[in-house]
Amino acid sequence: MAVESLGSSTTRTKVAPWNDPVIRGWVFQIVVVGLVGLLAWFLISNTIENLQRQKIASGFSYLQREAGFEIGDTMIAYSPASTYSRAIFVGMLNTLKVAVIGIFLSTILGTMIGVGRLSPNWLLAKICECFVEMFRNVPLLLWLFLIYKLISEAFPGPRQAISVFDSFFLSNRGLYAPVPLADPTYDWMGLAFLIGIVATIFVKRWAKKRQDTTGQPFPTIKAGVGLIVGLPLVVWLLGGAPHHMSWPHLKGFNFDGGIVIQPEFTALLVGLVLYTSAFVAEIVRSGILALHKGQSEAASALGLSRGQVMRLVLLPQAMRLIIPPMTSQYLNITKNSSLAIAIGYPDLVAAVNVTINQTGQAIENILIIMAAYLSVSLSISAFMNWYNKRIALRER
Amino acid sequence: MTDVMPTGERRQLAPPTVETGVFGWMRKNLFSSWGNSITTIVLVLAVAWILSNFLHWAVFTATFDAKSGAECRGHGACWALIREKYRYIFFGSFPYEQHWRPLFAVITMLAMLILSSDRRMWNKRLIAIWGIGSFVTFLLMFGEINISISLILFVALAAGGLGMILRGSIAQPAELNGWRALAGIAAAGLVLRVTGVMPAWGLAIAPFSYVETGLWGGIPVTIILATYGLVFAFPFGILLALGRRSNLPLIKGLCVGFIELIRGVPLISLLIMASVMLPLFLPTGMSIDKFLRAQVAVILFAGAYIAEIIRGGLQSLPKGQFEAADAVGLNYVQKTTLIILPQALRVVIPPLINTFIGFFKDTSLVLIIGIFDFLNTANQALVDPNWAGFPGEVYLFAAFVYFCFCYSMSRYSKYLEIELNKGTRR
Repeated sequence: MAVESLGSSTTRTKVAPWNDPVIRGWVFQIVVVGLVGLLAWFLISNTIENLQRQKIASGFSYLQREAGFEIGDTMIAYSPASTYSRAIFVGMLNTLKVAVIGIFLSTILGTMIGVGRLSPNWLLAKICECFVEMFRNVPLLLWLFLIYKLISEAFPGPRQAISVFDSFFLSNRGLYAPVPLADPTYDWMGLAFLIGIVATIFVKRWAKKRQDTTGQPFPTIKAGVGLIVGLPLVVWLLGGAPHHMSWPHLKGFNFDGGIVIQPEFTALLVGLVLYTSAFVAEIVRSGILALHKGQSEAASALGLSRGQVMRLVLLPQAMRLIIPPMTSQYLNITKNSSLAIAIGYPDLVAAVNVTINQTGQAIENILIIMAAYLSVSLSISAFMNWYNKRIALRER
Repeated sequence: MTDVMPTGERRQLAPPTVETGVFGWMRKNLFSSWGNSITTIVLVLAVAWILSNFLHWAVFTATFDAKSGAECRGHGACWALIREKYRYIFFGSFPYEQHWRPLFAVITMLAMLILSSDRRMWNKRLIAIWGIGSFVTFLLMFGEINISISLILFVALAAGGLGMILRGSIAQPAELNGWRALAGIAAAGLVLRVTGVMPAWGLAIAPFSYVETGLWGGIPVTIILATYGLVFAFPFGILLALGRRSNLPLIKGLCVGFIELIRGVPLISLLIMASVMLPLFLPTGMSIDKFLRAQVAVILFAGAYIAEIIRGGLQSLPKGQFEAADAVGLNYVQKTTLIILPQALRVVIPPLINTFIGFFKDTSLVLIIGIFDFLNTANQALVDPNWAGFPGEVYLFAAFVYFCFCYSMSRYSKYLEIELNKGTRR
């Protein structure tokens, strides 16, 4: 009863409207939003006026027009006769290609270097430290220029290409390698590969359950490798073992046939991976260092080897600390791949930049860039948040 | 049963010689096991191979003095190129005989940064140092500065207003009246100026010849973009972070939207936007200098990242701090400026320095929109046909300069982290 009266008395207290926090809050918000809106209106009205004065078209209809520019590295069919939207899509695919391979490689290299910095071997630890400091403290763009120039100047021209077994040719035009000719068997092999991955996941689950109940370990890694490599191999044999290849050969001033990894792509990927690995290494190292020393001592006392201590005890725990900063590194690698424009690799920004220069429609194109990067960034962070939640410590 | 205590003098045995000294250290750190020994031997061989090749190229067969690139050809590194071009790499197209100006501007900025790194200077003196230092820097770079009366009045109004808001309920009446007077006089002056009663007075300081920003280049550009990017982004970032933590839904939405938008896109797209879209945003006939456009892009970009760091600092504060401040009856401004920010900002200083290192490196991206920062001038030095074909030397030199800056800053950030944690770590 007393409580109720106290409660009602506080609600009944009359406050002057200009002292009421709720009203004040709304007034403040309306003023701020009004100012932002005013600024936006000012900018937009200027833009419309400028566009009209300079006779720049607006709208996205240009996307259906012929692009008319070459793209050096395409994953899907593209020619200068294709549309702008196709060109931008090709750029987007290139961005994704660099980002995905870069994320994969820099995670592996970065983890190795991060663990290496904690090695009991003094020399190894120092070398890893030098690597980290060297790549972390110099702009990525500089590394890209340096690596690109080294590749294009240090390697010989196509006629003097360094050849390995007469099938791989390394020159300043890139690395040419033989590639199997198309055959329906390869599609089935791809399917078998996917099945292998899914089967491995199930085997791993089953093995974990069995180890939890009976304590018996199961060689999951060996079984997984067997499934992922073995299944496609069996399919290949069943399909009659197709072995016709397209071999690269010198034709005129360049190579013909085979598959080429271009120097721009190599430089971008190597630069991104080395630079990001330095950051990943620091994240992994600090994640492991943050664990209590007793964890590794207790694991050693149980008789686990150093590799087992790292793999079974330290890394799974460190993961919880590693995942959030790692997410931002993955986002960084995606965004940093836009530096491709500086060394001439046709990624999204490069393709859009050419489109801006040709059509003059800056606003639409920049909206496209932003939308593309935002959706990639948001999906990476959504995935990493899901993964983080899954491995997070379940506290009671 | 009697305890037998050892009596008399006990001789301390020295540890076995294999455990101490150089050999002991090597045994422990390099050859503790078979695997370890093999690793060590392989690494020693690899390092020796790399180092000997590098030294052979960079020192033993290098050319340090040459008239043109042709003399270097067939030898190792061509450091003569750096000797020939270092003035251009450091200062860009700034008039050659005036190079002492960017040099002193750089020295001034470095002095400001070094002074700011001393914890004893973290007080009001810092504002004075930065005010005077910035003035000297830009006077040296531009050669002349015209300060119009409107600008002075505007700054005075802003200072007075800020003083009234931030010191409003804590300052002595005398100080508060000072702020009020400042704001009042400035406002009156502005009104007079706008209505045309007061003529467009201005103070022209022109000790040197004028050099436009298009001619700026090299290391001063890199330092200016990074430093002033951070200086202006810092208050902006604080506002964004406070807005993101605010209870007011509209404010929060605006801040979250801005932060996530900027952080989701690469800096390059912002720079391209600044270079091609900003001119469209402005009224006809009004144009902004290209350098300033890049600076604005860097500030917006930095603001979003700084906001997230400061938000981390705000979140690290225990809830009791906020509740206690409310309980004492402080209003929002008092609570924020007196209780929350001093504690939150202290936590975020080391990550802020790391962000600064990031911006220092990221300013190199402005070369995409044609601004001559340090990396771009190094790039341009390669274009000279007399010296063509030695990119490695120039890039290594540029990398060395960047490394010196960034490594010293990262050391400082490590040191500061330990220093600032002394109070909380037992």
